[in-house]
Amino acid sequence: MLKLPIYLDNNATTPMDPRVLEAMIPYFTEHFGNAASRNHPFGWEAEEAVDYAREQVAKLIGADPKEIIFTSGATEGDNLAIKGVFEMYASKGNHIITAVTEHKAVLDTCKHIEKAGGEVTYLSVQEDGLIDLKELEAAIKPTTVLIAIMYANNEIGVIQPVKEISAIAKKHGVLFFTDATQAVGKIPVDVIKDGIDLLTFSGHKMYGPKGVGALYVRRKNPRVKVTAQMDGGGHERGMRSGTLNVPGIVGFGKACELCRIEMEEDTKRISQLRDKLENSLMQLEEAYVNGNKEHRLPHVANISFKYVEGEGLMMGFNKNIALSSGSACTSASLEPSYVLKALGLGDDLAHSSLRFGLSRFTTEEQIDYTIKAISETVLKLREMSPLWEMYKEGIDLNSIEWAHH
Amino acid sequence: MSNRIYFDNAATTPLDKDVLDAMMPYLTNCFGNPSSIYSYGRESRLAIETARKKVAKILNAHPAEIFFTSGGTESSNTAITAAVRDLGCKHIITSSIEHHATLHTVEYLHRHDNVELSYVKLLPNGHIDIKDLENILASSKEKCLVTLMHANNEIGNIIDIHKIGNICKKYNAIFHSDTVQTVGHFPFDLRNTPVHFITGAAHKFHGPKGVGMLYINENVKIKPFINGGSQERNMRAGTENLYGIVGFAKALEIATEHYEEESTHIKNIKLYMKEALEKNIPNVSFNGDVLGNSLYTVLNASFPKTEKSEMLLFNLDINNICASGGSACTSGADAGSHVIRAINHHPNQVAVRFSFSKQNTKQEVDIVIEKLKELI
Repeated sequence: MLKLPIYLDNNATTPMDPRVLEAMIPYFTEHFGNAASRNHPFGWEAEEAVDYAREQVAKLIGADPKEIIFTSGATEGDNLAIKGVFEMYASKGNHIITAVTEHKAVLDTCKHIEKAGGEVTYLSVQEDGLIDLKELEAAIKPTTVLIAIMYANNEIGVIQPVKEISAIAKKHGVLFFTDATQAVGKIPVDVIKDGIDLLTFSGHKMYGPKGVGALYVRRKNPRVKVTAQMDGGGHERGMRSGTLNVPGIVGFGKACELCRIEMEEDTKRISQLRDKLENSLMQLEEAYVNGNKEHRLPHVANISFKYVEGEGLMMGFNKNIALSSGSACTSASLEPSYVLKALGLGDDLAHSSLRFGLSRFTTEEQIDYTIKAISETVLKLREMSPLWEMYKEGIDLNSIEWAHH
Repeated sequence: MSNRIYFDNAATTPLDKDVLDAMMPYLTNCFGNPSSIYSYGRESRLAIETARKKVAKILNAHPAEIFFTSGGTESSNTAITAAVRDLGCKHIITSSIEHHATLHTVEYLHRHDNVELSYVKLLPNGHIDIKDLENILASSKEKCLVTLMHANNEIGNIIDIHKIGNICKKYNAIFHSDTVQTVGHFPFDLRNTPVHFITGAAHKFHGPKGVGMLYINENVKIKPFINGGSQERNMRAGTENLYGIVGFAKALEIATEHYEEESTHIKNIKLYMKEALEKNIPNVSFNGDVLGNSLYTVLNASFPKTEKSEMLLFNLDINNICASGGSACTSGADAGSHVIRAINHHPNQVAVRFSFSKQNTKQEVDIVIEKLKELI
C-alpha cells in the first residue's frame, strides 16, 4: 500500500537512514562524554568515536582525516571557508570569484565580504547552468584569493567542471573552494583527483543527522589555512571551537560510510527512476528540463511546465507529494528562483518549475504515482488556462500587447 | 561501565531518557526541512517554534528574543562579536576567569578590531571586584561591552547578574553574560533582568550536544554571525538542528519542573562531599566562594601536592572516578587551569573539579572519599 505523502524533496533534506540512527543511539545514552575531557574514559570513548567518524568522512572524499573540520552544517562551513580564507590571506589580496547560481550561504557570505572591504566577482552561467571556464579565467586578478564554485547545484543538479576549475585555480595560484553539499554521497567526489582546496558538506543531505557538517581543508600542496570564525577551547585544531556534537558526528560518519559503500548501486537504481519520471513528464507538451542533462546529479530533475502557474501546480498535489519549486531556504518567498532566472528563463517558466529530488528510499510505486498526479494536474490546469487556449490556437503570446493595470 | 562514578557534569551531562524520547520522532519520521512549505516542513517548523515558545516562557523572555545556535561557543562568539561590530562597543571589559569561548574571542577582537580590553580585578574568593568594574566603566571614554560569566565553570562562583546589569545600564554599556553553566540549573526572569545577551548549551543540562541558545534582548539589533538562508529570522543561517532544538526545550522543561528538589539534592551532595573531604583529607582547601554565592553543581578542591597526589586525576580515573582538573575544553593542555592560576596560585597544590548532577548520590561521594584517602 502506497503511503502518502511521498517525499521527493531530498535536496532540501533527507530522511535519516535507520542504520545511522542506530549508530548514534549509544552516543546519546551510555557514551555521553565530552570528547575534550582528556582524563576519564567517558571523554576517551567520545573522542575515539569522533576520530573514527573523521576517518569515515575523510574516506568518502579521499581526504586525510586530519583535513576534516567538523561544523554544525554546510552553511557554517561556507562561512568558515570564505571568511576564513578572506581573513587568512588578506595580505595576498581581497578578491573572490563565485557564480550567481551559488547557494544563499555562499552568496550572502560574499555580500558580507563586500561590506568588509572585499571585492567579489559573480560569474554568470550559461543556459545549461554551467559556468564559462574562459570567463572564470579572465576574471582572475593578481588580488584574487579564492574561487568559490559549488560542485553541484541544489536546484537543477548541474555539476560544474570541477577538475577544469581547479586546474585554472592552480595555474594562477588561487585557492579553490567548493560547496559540495548536494554532490558528496551522491556522486564520486575526490579532493585529490578533483584538485579541491576546501570543500563543505553536511549530514542531513545524505541520510545523516541535521546539525552536523564538515569542512575539508587541504594540508598538503598547498597547505591551506583558514582564520577561525568561532573562538574558544581550540577544538578542531583551532579552526572551530565548541564542544563536539558527538552523536551527530557519529551519525554523519556512518552516513558517509553507507554512501561510500552503496553509492554505485543506489545511483544505478535512483537514476533509472529519475529517468522514468523525467521521460514520462516530458511526454507532456511544452515541458522543459532545466539545466544540463549530461552533467547532472543522478537523483535530480528540474522541469518547467509552460502555461501552468507554479503555485497552482503545487496546490494540485502538495497534500500527497512533498516537492518544492526550488531551494528550501528561499521557498517561503514567492519570487521565482534566482537560479532559473540566471539560466535565462522568463518569469513564466521560472514560475512553473518543479524540483524533484529522489533518494535511497524512493520506490518505483512512488514514481508511478507522481507521474500520474503531476500529469493530471498539469493537464487540468491547462484546461482552465486562457493562455494555454491561446497557445493552442496558434497565437504568439509574445506578440500580444498586454494592457497595463 | 556501570560502576563508573561521573563527577564531571560541568563538562557535559548524560542525556535524559525523556529528552531522547522527545527527540526520537524528529530523528525518524518527522525529518522535513523546516523551511519547506509542505506538510513535512510545516511539522518541523511547528516543532521549532513550539520549542522556542517553551524556552522563552521558562526564561520569561519573548519568543522573538530566543535564537537557536550550534552551542554555547557559537552563542558567545555571536554576542561578543556583534557588540563590537554592530553595537559600537570599542572597549571590552571581562575577567581573566571567563571560559575560553569568551577569552579567545575578546583577545581576537582586541588584536584585529583594535578594541580596548580590560580585565576586572578579582577578589581572593574569586568574585569580581565590583568597585573595579565600576571604575573601569566610569573612566572609559568609549562605549563598553561587559562580558562576565554568570557561574564560573571551574569554581562555581556566581555573579550578581542584576547588580552588574544595573551598573552596565548606568554607564550605557552592553552586558553579555555567559550563562552556559546556569541555564537549566537556575531560575531566570529575563524580562526583569538587565542583560542584553545570555547563552545556553543543552548538553550541560541533560540535553543533546550540538545545540545552544542565544538570548538577544529585544532592544538590541545585531547582524547575523553566520550568513546564508533566512533561518532564525535572518539571524542564524543554516538548516536548523531540528531534533536538537526539540531536545533543548524538553531538557530545559524537565530541569525547570524539578528544579527545587534536584537543586536541593545536588547541593546536599556538594556540601556532604565538602565536609567529608575536610574530615578525611588533611590540608584540603577549596577554590572559590564555596559556601557563599556559588553554583550548587561545582566543588573545586585543592589537595596538597605530593608524589602521589600529582597523579591524582590519573589515579582517580584508574579507579573509575571521572573528575577533571578544569574545563574540558582545555583539559588536553598541560598549561593547567587559567582560572585556578588567576585566583589562587599555589604551586604546591593540585586542584580537582568535582561537578554533580541529579544522577549522583551520597554513596558515590563515600566511595570517592575512600579512594581519595588512599590516593593522597
